[in-house]
Amino acid sequence: MTVTLNPLYRFDTYVVGSANRLAVTAAKAVAESPGTVYNPLFIYARPGLGKTHLLMGVGHAARAIDPNLHVEYLTLDEFVEAFHAAIAAGHGEAYRKRFLDVDLLLVDDVQFLTHRREMQAELLRLTDALQTTNRQIVLTSDRPPAEIEALDERLIRRFAGGLIIDVAAPDYETRVAILRRKAEERRASFADGVLEAVAGLPIDNVRELLGALNRLVAHQAVSERPLDADQARMLIGGAMGQRDDKTEERRQEPSGQTQAPASPSHGPAVPSSGAPAPDEFSDFLSEIHATVAQQVDAWRSQIGAAVMRWEGEGYRTGRLQKLLEHDAVPDVVRELDDFERDVQRLRDMETQTAELAADLVGSPAFRDPGDLAAAESLLARAREGAVPPAAPSPLWRLADWIEGPSAKVAVEASRAVVQEPGARYNPLVIVGPGGAGKTHLLHGLGNAIAERCGVPVACLSAPEYSGELIAAIDRDAVGIWRSRYRRVSAFLLDDVHLIADTDRTQDELFLLYNVLLESGRQMIFTSAAPLAQLPGLEPRLRTRLDAGLVVELPAPDREVREAVAGRELAAKAGEPDSDLVEFFATRPVDSIRVLLSQVHRVLNAAEARQCPPGVALAREVLDGVPVPAPEPAPAAQPRRPAAHRVSGVVAPTAGGARSREKMVWEWPDITDRAIEDWR
Amino acid sequence: MSLVNFTSREITCKIVYYGPGRSGKTTNLQYVYDRVPEGRRGRMVSLATQTDRTLFFDFLPLELGSISGFATKFQLYTVPGQSYYNATRKLVLQGADGVVFVADSQARRFDDNLESLQNLQDNLLTQGVDIRQLPVVLQYNKQDLPRDLILTHEEMDDALNFRAVQSYAGDALHGTGVFETLRGISEQVLKRLAAGAVAR
Repeated sequence: MTVTLNPLYRFDTYVVGSANRLAVTAAKAVAESPGTVYNPLFIYARPGLGKTHLLMGVGHAARAIDPNLHVEYLTLDEFVEAFHAAIAAGHGEAYRKRFLDVDLLLVDDVQFLTHRREMQAELLRLTDALQTTNRQIVLTSDRPPAEIEALDERLIRRFAGGLIIDVAAPDYETRVAILRRKAEERRASFADGVLEAVAGLPIDNVRELLGALNRLVAHQAVSERPLDADQARMLIGGAMGQRDDKTEERRQEPSGQTQAPASPSHGPAVPSSGAPAPDEFSDFLSEIHATVAQQVDAWRSQIGAAVMRWEGEGYRTGRLQKLLEHDAVPDVVRELDDFERDVQRLRDMETQTAELAADLVGSPAFRDPGDLAAAESLLARAREGAVPPAAPSPLWRLADWIEGPSAKVAVEASRAVVQEPGARYNPLVIVGPGGAGKTHLLHGLGNAIAERCGVPVACLSAPEYSGELIAAIDRDAVGIWRSRYRRVSAFLLDDVHLIADTDRTQDELFLLYNVLLESGRQMIFTSAAPLAQLPGLEPRLRTRLDAGLVVELPAPDREVREAVAGRELAAKAGEPDSDLVEFFATRPVDSIRVLLSQVHRVLNAAEARQCPPGVALAREVLDGVPVPAPEPAPAAQPRRPAAHRVSGVVAPTAGGARSREKMVWEWPDITDRAIEDWR
Repeated sequence: MSLVNFTSREITCKIVYYGPGRSGKTTNLQYVYDRVPEGRRGRMVSLATQTDRTLFFDFLPLELGSISGFATKFQLYTVPGQSYYNATRKLVLQGADGVVFVADSQARRFDDNLESLQNLQDNLLTQGVDIRQLPVVLQYNKQDLPRDLILTHEEMDDALNFRAVQSYAGDALHGTGVFETLRGISEQVLKRLAAGAVAR
C-alpha cells in the first residue's frame, strides 16, 4: 500500500452535513466493497470542500476492512510525472503493470487532464483495465467531467457509467461542527459563541474556515483576554473584507500583482491610517503560521513524490513510507539524500555483480535500499563465485608423460586437442584402467591448453566437482557455483565414472556441457570404465560424452614400464642398472602407480642396506626370494577391483604426489552417492 | 545562512530592506518593532548618524515562536542608502533570503531609485546571486504625500518593476503597507526555503 495517505484524512475526522452526506455515503459504500458498487466513483467539488479528505478516507476505510488490499493514492500530476519518469527510465511497462495490480486506485485532481491527450488515453486504458478486473477507481476533480476542458468523450462516458457526485459548500451547522472539531484537535478553547459567530460569516470553503480558525488561535495566543464573539466576527470579517478587496483588485488587474486601491487624483495616494490596527503583528503571525504549516507539511508530498519516483524505477520504498506514518517531521533532505545514496550503492553493487555472475542481476536484493545487507551478501557470494575453479596441477606437465605404442591414439588425440582446443575432439574422453596415467595426462593437457588459451582451465576430479555442488546447495549458491564453471576456457574432469547415479551432479554437468560445447570450449573427461558400462550414467549425458572422441589408454606396456623405471632409478640412484630396468620392464604390472611403488621399495631397501639397487635385491624385496639376510618386506597392497574405482591419485601439490588409495578405498560407490541422495 | 533545518527544527530567514537613502527602510523596521509584542522581538540595533541617517545598518530579530514544530526566527536588516556606504551594503546583503526594495515615490527621487536598484543587482551579482532567483518585493513608500509630488503605483511599477514582482504601496511612517510588504516577502522566502530544503 502506498502510505502517502494523510493519516488525519479519515472518515471519522470528516464532518458530515447535508451538503456532503450523499458523497460520503457513496464513498463509504465503495470503501466497503471496492469494485462492486460505483465504479468509477467520481467526486467533484469546489476547492477547499474536502475532496482529498474524502478520497483518502476511502483508502483508509478500505484498508481497515482488508489490510491486504493494494491501495494507491496519487494526484494526477504525480501520475503524469511518475509516468514520464518511468518512461524516461525505460520502465514504462512495469509502471503500467503496477497500476493494473492495484485493488483500489485513488486519483486526485483529475481536472488537470485538460489538454493532456496522452494522459487521457492512459487513464482511459487504465480505467477500462481496472473495471474489467473489478478493481475500484475513485477520482476527484474541482468540476464535473463534462466541464473539464478538452476531455476525451470516452472518459466522460466511463465516468458517467459509475457515479458522479458533488460535494456542496457546508451549511451553517456543518461549519460550526467543523470549527468545533478542529478547535478540539488543536486543543484550543474559545468563549461561547465565538465559533458560532465565525460560522455565521459567509465562508463556504472549509480551507478558509480553517484559516479563520488559525487566525482565531493566533490572536487568542497573543491577547491577554479570550476573544468574544464580536471580536471574532470583526477579526475574521475584517480580514475577509480585506481579502475581498484584494480579490476585487486582482479581478481588475490581470497581471495578478497586488495593487493599492485606485487613488484619487489629488491628495495622498494612500490615506494615512493614523492609528494603525493594534493586531497587525498577530495578523502577520497568523499568515506566517499558515505559510509555514503549508510549507513544512509539504514534506509529506515531497516524500510521496520520492516514493512515486523510486517505485516507478522499480525500487522498494518501505523506508520512506515509514516516515509518512509518523507525525514528527523528519529531516527530509537527509532522508531523501540517504535513500538516493543507497539506491546508488545498490546500482553499483548490481553492476559489480553483473560482471561476476550475470544470473544474479535483477535480483530483488538489488531493489531494496532498506536492506543493503542483502545486496552486500549477494555481491559477496558473487565474488566468491568469481574465484576460478581448481586449475590443473603445475607439477604434471605433458612433457613428463611417457607415451607407449599402445597409447598412440590417445596421444595423437591429445596433441590435436592441444593444437586446436574445442575444435577437433570435443569432448575428449580418455578411458583406461587405474594407473594407466589418465590423471597425469589430463592435468598435462590442462596445462598445455591453459598456455594456449589462457586461464581459467578447470581441472578436478568428479568427487570434487560433486562435493562443490553439494556445498553450493548447502549455501544456496548454486547459481554462483555454476557461473564459476561457465567462465572457464576448458573443463577437464577426472574420473567421470564416479558421477554415475548422482542425478543432480549429472544434471549440472549436462547443463555445463551444453554451454561449453556451444561456445567451443574444450572438455576432457577420464573414466576408469567404458561409458557403456556405467548403468548409472544418464543416457543424455552418455550420448553427449560419446559424441566427441573416446580413446582408450591401456595399462602401461613394456616400453612405458621401462621408461618409467629407468627415469625413477636415474633420479634416485644415478645411472640405472640396465638389468634392473629390464627387470621392472618385464614384470607383469598393469599400473604405473604400482610400478613406481615397487621401484621405490627397492630403492628404499638399497638405501637401508647401503648397497646399490640390483636385480637380486629387487627379487628379494618384491618376490620374497630367500636371501641370507632378508629384509622384512612390507605387505603388498591388496588389489582393487579393476573397474569402477577412483584413480587413486590426487593432483600433486607443492608436496608432490600423494596416494589416497587407502583413504578412498571403500567409499566411492557408497558415500558420495549417499550424501547426494540425502540432499 | 538561510535555513529550514529539519534536524534542529529551525527556520531562519534573513530579509534585507534595500533602497536609496531616506526612502524609509529604517522607518519600516521601526514600525514593525513597535507592533511586535515585547517577548517576541530582540533588541533593535540601529546605528545612526547625528542627522539620523543609518550609518551602518539596522537589525531587528523577530522570534515568531514555534510554528508547526519549527522554531521560526526572522532577521530584518536595513542597509545604509547613501551611495558611499556600498561596502556595508554588500556585507549586509550577504546570505539574504529575500530583499524588500523600498523605493521613494517622490518624482524627484526617480533617478535615486533606479540607481539603487541597479546597485542592488550589481551587489548581488558580485556575490554570485542572480536577482531573478531571489525573492524580491517592491514597496513604493511615501504614497501619502501629495499627489503632485509623487509617482503613482502604476507609474512606479512602470519605472522599476520590470521583473513583475509583487509591489506594495506604502506609507511607512503611518504603517500602511508595512506588514503587507513583510508578509509578501516572508511568504515568498518561506516557500522558497522549504522547497530548497528538500530539492537540495
